[in-house]
Amino acid sequence: MAGSRDFFNRRLHSLLGVIPVGLFLLVHLTVNHFATRGAGSFNKAVNFMENLPFLIVLEFLLIYLPLLFHAIYGLYIVFTAKNNVGRLSYFRNWMFLLQRVTGVITLIFLAWHVWETRIRYALGQTELNYDMMHDILSSPVMVVIYLIGVLSTVFHFANGLWSFMVSWGLTVSPRSQRVSTYFTMIVFLALAIISVRTIFAFI
Amino acid sequence: MSQKTVKFIITRQNSPETAPYQEEFEIPYRPNMNVISALMEIRRNPVNSKGEATTPVYWEMNCLEEVCGACSMVINGKPRQSCTALIDNLEQPIRLEPMKTFPVVRDLAIDRSRMFDALKRVKAWIPIDGTYDLGEGPRMPEPKRQWAYELSKCMTCGVCLEACPNVNSKSDFIGPAPLSQVRLFNAHPTGAMNKAERLNAIMGEGGLASCGNSQNCVQSCPKGIPLTTSIASLNRETTIQSFRNFFGSDK
Ligand code: HEM
Ligand code: SF4
Ligand code: FES
Repeated sequence: MAGSRDFFNRRLHSLLGVIPVGLFLLVHLTVNHFATRGAGSFNKAVNFMENLPFLIVLEFLLIYLPLLFHAIYGLYIVFTAKNNVGRLSYFRNWMFLLQRVTGVITLIFLAWHVWETRIRYALGQTELNYDMMHDILSSPVMVVIYLIGVLSTVFHFANGLWSFMVSWGLTVSPRSQRVSTYFTMIVFLALAIISVRTIFAFI
Repeated sequence: MSQKTVKFIITRQNSPETAPYQEEFEIPYRPNMNVISALMEIRRNPVNSKGEATTPVYWEMNCLEEVCGACSMVINGKPRQSCTALIDNLEQPIRLEPMKTFPVVRDLAIDRSRMFDALKRVKAWIPIDGTYDLGEGPRMPEPKRQWAYELSKCMTCGVCLEACPNVNSKSDFIGPAPLSQVRLFNAHPTGAMNKAERLNAIMGEGGLASCGNSQNCVQSCPKGIPLTTSIASLNRETTIQSFRNFFGSDK
């Protein structure tokens, strides 16, 4: 029974959420934030990312495969829970539910987002630049979808950091878990401000 | 003169196979009543609120002082012990349901065998029987004894399993109580000799990793057992244990 598949998969799921997927999210939000300095800055930053050596290998190893595993196993985790915030409406139980709801929203949003940007670019239907995002976000409906999708992703990551620290036994005492709740909520607020500012920079 | 009464809506079930149904009761109020004394009143005079004769409601009890856990049920949506649920503190009508995380035997009585199976699976005991007298065990440092004593208060009532969103028919999670017992027995100086065995047991299917940190258990445990501290501490121990398993270790 030692070190069963269950244990391994669950720990892998947890690890991949932070390394590399969470780290990629941070890089992605940082690069996009150049949009607040104008189209030129953004295009330069994107151009740098686009011209990284072995880009496709990096993308598969650091983004697509880990994200796919995290998402598929994440869906399995979502469906094995029987949520009960109606009866037991404690703070952490709400966060547990929100972690699952934002996971599913993030999955739907990412599928759309990857199609609309990366896949259409690969098919030669669009260029990767400021104008592409400007066109997408010229529709108010898309602005709302992007706001929901991005805020949900950022919340999922920040609250996920909290449970990551519990899952690996980094925060054990109630006090350390309380402090890390404050810390991760500050992370959420900071990332939320950065990403909302970025979205509005494209409009 | 109208007499003060207590209203109940009870989820009943005749046998493990039959469908559950609800029955309402209205019984005379007495001061200092608790849910058990109310159920005893229904048993004395099994008539529902429509005035129809019915079968007495079945439940389990033993200690009547919140140390055995036998009387646990879901009262107004919250899993807890019925012997310490005072009528004066409950909103009416009072809803009683069995803890459906477990197989229902009849009415409010459930079968908690899975908890004992889990304790066996995680080896929640200290092997001291040998071919010769092993003598006294080493002493425990006092601060450690104090928290270990808190963990030892678990009465296997099942409330934490009922409260946990990850313990249900779709999952094989053994639940918080047996996990915390692993921490208890690993903390004991003699029990620590079998630490790796217990850690490996909770690294199996439906073990520690199935926890999703809703932390309902620690909010619900009637004994105030720091279940989530136990779980996080075991997360740390199993992280180390998994490295030992993989790379080899003399521990
Ligand atoms: C940008 C994408 C994503 C990032 C950065 C991310 C990050 C994380 C992190 C750091 C955790 C905490 C791990 C732990 O509890 O130890 C987590 C948990 C979780 N993620 Fe994601 N995730 C992402 C996408 C998704 C998607 C698409 C799903 C699909 C439904 C998902 C479902 C889940 C679930 C269910 C958990 C809870 C696991 C548990 O409590 O045991 N995630 N995520
Ligand atoms: S840990 Fe608490 S809630 Fe869980 S079985 Fe033991 S006494 Fe009951
Ligand atoms: S009868 Fe023992 S806990 Fe209620």
